Amino acid sequence: MNLRAIAAIYKFEMSRTARTLLQSIVSPVISTSLYFVVFGAAIGSRISEIEGVEYGAFIVPGLIMMMLLTQSVANASFGIYFPRFTGTIYEILSAPVSYIEIVIGYVGAAATKSIILGLIILATAWLFVPIRIAHPVWMVTFLVLTAVTFSLFGFIIGIWADGFEKLQVVPLLIITPLTFLGGSFYSISVLPPVWQTITLFNPVVYLVSGFRWAFFEIADVGVGISLAMTLAFLAACMVAVWWIFRTGYRLKN
Amino acid sequence: MQSVISVSNLSKTYASGFQALKSVDLDIRRGEIFALLGPNGAGKTTLISIICGIVNPSEGKVSIDGADIIDDYRAARSLIGLVPQELTTDAFETVWNTVTFSRGLFGKPKNPAHVEKVLRELSLWDKKDSKIMTLSGGMKRRVMIAKALSHEPQILFLDEPTAGVDVGLRKDMWNVVRALRASGVTIILTTHYIEEAEEMADRIGVINGGRIILVEGKSELMHKLGQKQLTLHLQKKLDAVPQDLAVHRLTLTNDGHDLVYSYDTQGERTGITALLGDLNKAGIRFRDLETTQSSLEDIFVGLVGQKQ
Repeated sequence: MNLRAIAAIYKFEMSRTARTLLQSIVSPVISTSLYFVVFGAAIGSRISEIEGVEYGAFIVPGLIMMMLLTQSVANASFGIYFPRFTGTIYEILSAPVSYIEIVIGYVGAAATKSIILGLIILATAWLFVPIRIAHPVWMVTFLVLTAVTFSLFGFIIGIWADGFEKLQVVPLLIITPLTFLGGSFYSISVLPPVWQTITLFNPVVYLVSGFRWAFFEIADVGVGISLAMTLAFLAACMVAVWWIFRTGYRLKN
Repeated sequence: MQSVISVSNLSKTYASGFQALKSVDLDIRRGEIFALLGPNGAGKTTLISIICGIVNPSEGKVSIDGADIIDDYRAARSLIGLVPQELTTDAFETVWNTVTFSRGLFGKPKNPAHVEKVLRELSLWDKKDSKIMTLSGGMKRRVMIAKALSHEPQILFLDEPTAGVDVGLRKDMWNVVRALRASGVTIILTTHYIEEAEEMADRIGVINGGRIILVEGKSELMHKLGQKQLTLHLQKKLDAVPQDLAVHRLTLTNDGHDLVYSYDTQGERTGITALLGDLNKAGIRFRDLETTQSSLEDIFVGLVGQKQ
């Protein structure tokens, strides 16, 4: 294991984050606060509790998940796409590093960034609504697992994309709709039965449900199923990354 | 001499169907400076990219100091430093950080003293805290060389290192290259400038249309270069070379108006004095004379031209 290479990539990516602190940290925090103002205060004041949880608090896990997903995908896809775009990827490819080390470096940094962001949003939420976390360990587990999984997903997008448009398309056309329709702001039990069934094909439902369970012990699907689905998606991403490096897809041809 | 890079039967066909390399065999000797010459699109960069692990080969094998570039890529790549042709740098990073990053990427422990030495040699020390985007093109080229040298490679690839580079940088660069060679580093460079190959290289390879068409020691090539021709423009047209002059093996050209004499400048005697004496005796007078030397460029253009 070339640990020094992992450290070098990780440090490089983290310093990129530090350079772009404003857009990396401040803008998600502001947009989350806006969600609180709109959904929590304005609309939430007209909605009574959902399954015994105040609406303002109910949306916190969903909001954190939403930011976690979009930021993980954005960070990781940009992190690997940019060196491909500028050409500096030559150095990574010609270095004595395995693809696992490259992935750990890039995905690790992207995940770290979105985990920090998730925690900052959680702290911000605390200012607006009282939050209790029933299962802190599970909360952290879902946080980390989701950040890693979607950073890996972002990494794949960053390799697949051959232009800045494509880099934007997947977060915009796939991630955002899936999170909005994935029960971030509501319990899927409020949907008509047909839509409840369709929703179960949305992987984000399982993430939000499991994450919300860690907070309030209320869930749309069993926590075991949530965990299994998350791990399944992680495994699928790993297989895709393995295939990318084995064939050299978009990297070595 | 032992070869440090061994390329055998290497072919590359890109997804577009373009065949960039056609069954290339090449051995690079340990400690030499090898110049790879060829026109644009000949396959120079593809060859280097495959050796360095940036492009997958379609067929064939490459080993670096005995390590296969695919099965044993870690051992193979850790020996190599690459300075690619394109100026690609991390614009927002400082010089120091980007060079340190390269060292880490190649698994080498931190060594600020070595990084400092490399930066000083390349006249980059003053700029170590500057962001790369603020540097001139020549300075960026230096940064790329510094990155490649940061991890103390045994083999250095310089792909068109002097394209668009001023005289000062060229001199610095060749000083660095000479010092590296003296310390035992093998250097492979591609260039368009034939004088550079002549000046720097121990051996020269010519690639064209994806094939290596010539690999020769520079001294052998210089020997060929040593052939000069003396052309005498005669006052009166001759129908044939006179018998008395047969010993000089002259040829009559330009419809009998020119006499051409070939000789070796590196030989002990060129025979020019004797020839002129004999011409005088034979009563052959000439208006003018000129000498021409075939350059590496002529040989190169000839070779490349033939194959096309």
